[in-house]
Amino acid sequence: MIDPLILSRIQFAANISFHILFPTISIALGWYLCFFAWRAYRTKQSVWSSLYLFWVKIFALTFALGVVSGITMSFQFGTNWPGYMQVAGNVAGPLLAYEILTAFFLEATFLGVMLFGRQRVSPRMHLIASFLVAFGTSVSAFWILSLNSWMQTPAGVVLVDGKVQVQDWFAVIFNPSMPYRLSHMLVASGLTASFLIAGISAWKLRRFQNSEVAKTGFRTAVKVAAVLIPLQIFIGDMHGLNTREHQPAKLAAIEAVWHTEKGAALTLFGLPNEETKQTDYAVTVPKLASLILTHDINGEIRGLNEFSDHPPVAKVFWSFRVMVGMGLLMLLVAWGGAWYLLKQQTIPQPVLRIFSWMTFSGWFATLAGWFVTEIGRQPWLVTGILRTADAVTKVGSHMVLSSLVMYLVLYVVLLSAYVSVVFHLAGKAGKQEV
Amino acid sequence: MDWGYWLPVIFAGLMALSLLLYVVLDGYDLGIGLLLPLVSDEDKDRMIASIGPFWDANETWLVLGIGLLLVAFPAANAMLMASMYLPVALMLGGLILRGVSFDFRVKAKDPHKPWWNLGFTIGSLIAALSQGYMLGRYLSGFAETSAAYGFAVMTAIGLAAAYILLGSAWLILKTEGYLQQQATRWMQIALWPMGFGIFLISVVTPWMIPSIAQKWFQLPNFLLLLPLPLVSICLYFALFKILPALRKQQSIGHDRWCWLPFSAAVSLIVLAFWGLAYSVFPEIVMGKMTIWQAASDTAALKVIFYGAIVVLPVILLYTAFSYRIFRGKIGDLRYD
Repeated sequence: MIDPLILSRIQFAANISFHILFPTISIALGWYLCFFAWRAYRTKQSVWSSLYLFWVKIFALTFALGVVSGITMSFQFGTNWPGYMQVAGNVAGPLLAYEILTAFFLEATFLGVMLFGRQRVSPRMHLIASFLVAFGTSVSAFWILSLNSWMQTPAGVVLVDGKVQVQDWFAVIFNPSMPYRLSHMLVASGLTASFLIAGISAWKLRRFQNSEVAKTGFRTAVKVAAVLIPLQIFIGDMHGLNTREHQPAKLAAIEAVWHTEKGAALTLFGLPNEETKQTDYAVTVPKLASLILTHDINGEIRGLNEFSDHPPVAKVFWSFRVMVGMGLLMLLVAWGGAWYLLKQQTIPQPVLRIFSWMTFSGWFATLAGWFVTEIGRQPWLVTGILRTADAVTKVGSHMVLSSLVMYLVLYVVLLSAYVSVVFHLAGKAGKQEV
Repeated sequence: MDWGYWLPVIFAGLMALSLLLYVVLDGYDLGIGLLLPLVSDEDKDRMIASIGPFWDANETWLVLGIGLLLVAFPAANAMLMASMYLPVALMLGGLILRGVSFDFRVKAKDPHKPWWNLGFTIGSLIAALSQGYMLGRYLSGFAETSAAYGFAVMTAIGLAAAYILLGSAWLILKTEGYLQQQATRWMQIALWPMGFGIFLISVVTPWMIPSIAQKWFQLPNFLLLLPLPLVSICLYFALFKILPALRKQQSIGHDRWCWLPFSAAVSLIVLAFWGLAYSVFPEIVMGKMTIWQAASDTAALKVIFYGAIVVLPVILLYTAFSYRIFRGKIGDLRYD
């Protein structure tokens, strides 16, 4: 039988990967909707309210998927990782409770008003409801990223009898990696939603050239993406410096630096081999790793040899390259699109086609980024405090296997349904708009 | 004040309140899922429109209830979740399926709509049955006898019936015409299995678990508790009388009492829940763990407590606000 630890990890990874797809869209899409609703309220132009009415449907669907997959998450701690609350409950408990109390009810309740209340409340109240939903999603992101960051870089606590005791809540909440991780995630959400809106609008424009709604959506989203992507690269760089300081083993795995060295070369590609402790077929650029990570051409980078516990190298190394590669592609496409918008009146068909291919590009970058940070924390669940293996459930692996199979089947069905319904709705709306 | 004593009591109370709110609120929308196959496509849309603005917030009470179990009583949570691993997973699968079907059905291509309707019903059914099953397993202290498993099967059916009762009462409140009259009939039918379920739990649990019998059949507690079953029985018989009368009234267009069945159904659930809570308290895992043994550290509970007393009233306030906005009969509820 397969090890229950492996199964529980796969199940948690599957659940959280599926879950994060939807908040990643809805956090920023909520703010987009706020903007559309505000423009509609101020300018009284029908294009903004049409834009709102189309995207609010996608938002409702995305939100529903986020909610139901999130309920699963709240049970997983108990069903699969009982050791987590036993050791870290004094931190995780209050943070999770605050997320539920300050965010979940707010977004869920006002979502009802936002979706169904247009005929029943004043336009101003409706705008406020849209704002509260967007605000709620961001508050939720704040608490959960605070907790996740604390697990990466714990602070403000002492260990008493193997249990975490809080000494300073401010230090717990605003732990060293929290500001970087939170802003990285919020901007990631902004990019994911921007590419979604730009991609779907481009897809509509290729079929219905005269859709003003699609044109306006495209223009707005491309501009936002063009501004956010360099910001994201900057935040990512800062986050990397923070990781170097607080989680050097993760950084060493990201860059596959096997031995501590000064003026380290950057490995662009290669196959990290943990047995021989070297990277096969490596393509490197001299000195560049030191320059990027220490901002000094001869800076020292600590290698994996210094750490008895370090994450699996190849997975982290490759996830990181997928994320960065996707980010660079997004930079190129967003700036290309912005250039056409500024210099020319019409967007050529091939450019529209590229954008529609990139509709869900944010998902790939975000997932890869989370793989880097979560696999990069292994073998720890809470860095230096609790090992993943010590937190796992004692229920039999056949049980975990059966629940895992059920979840995987559901997720595959729902994900394909989601993507096809998004395009179906876009086609339907496009027909009405021209 | 002795925080170490009172905080677990307060959190047990908050958790019970969240779960009660969950059973009542998500109960009616799960019930609607169960009733969906019985009506025409047009009425399906109306039924779903009646829960549209609420279901999401309704489910959040489950997140809070389980969240409180997780953060305030982690030891009990670990034990309960391990004992009910598969029914929990099934329930989650059911909740996922129904939550998304609800949204997909109006947005997917027309030929796919019946499939999502089916998904909504099946998801609701799985969720309701597994919740009732877990209730039965929980009350029997996870006894491994076939009688205990049979009991859990009966509570599963009983809870599903209770959800149907709530769902049809909700429809009586929110709809008019033929659908409303149908709902009145469904409610009448659901009274039987639900009543049987409550009766079964009331008789079997004291018989199976001596500590519960002791709590109930001891003077003066017995006299103080007596109103609980008595009021329930009165409500029951009242509903049997009232529902046919209501249908007659509805058929001639009188609808002044449409709130009555829902209030009665909620009262029944509250009474039954109160009886259960009394039987269980102060234990949290029957026969194995009290709330004080399972509780988190006082320091952590205090932090949550301060947040909860500030935020919970606000939540209740805006929940009431949302119900006020969507009061009255449903029209054709749509996004635009």
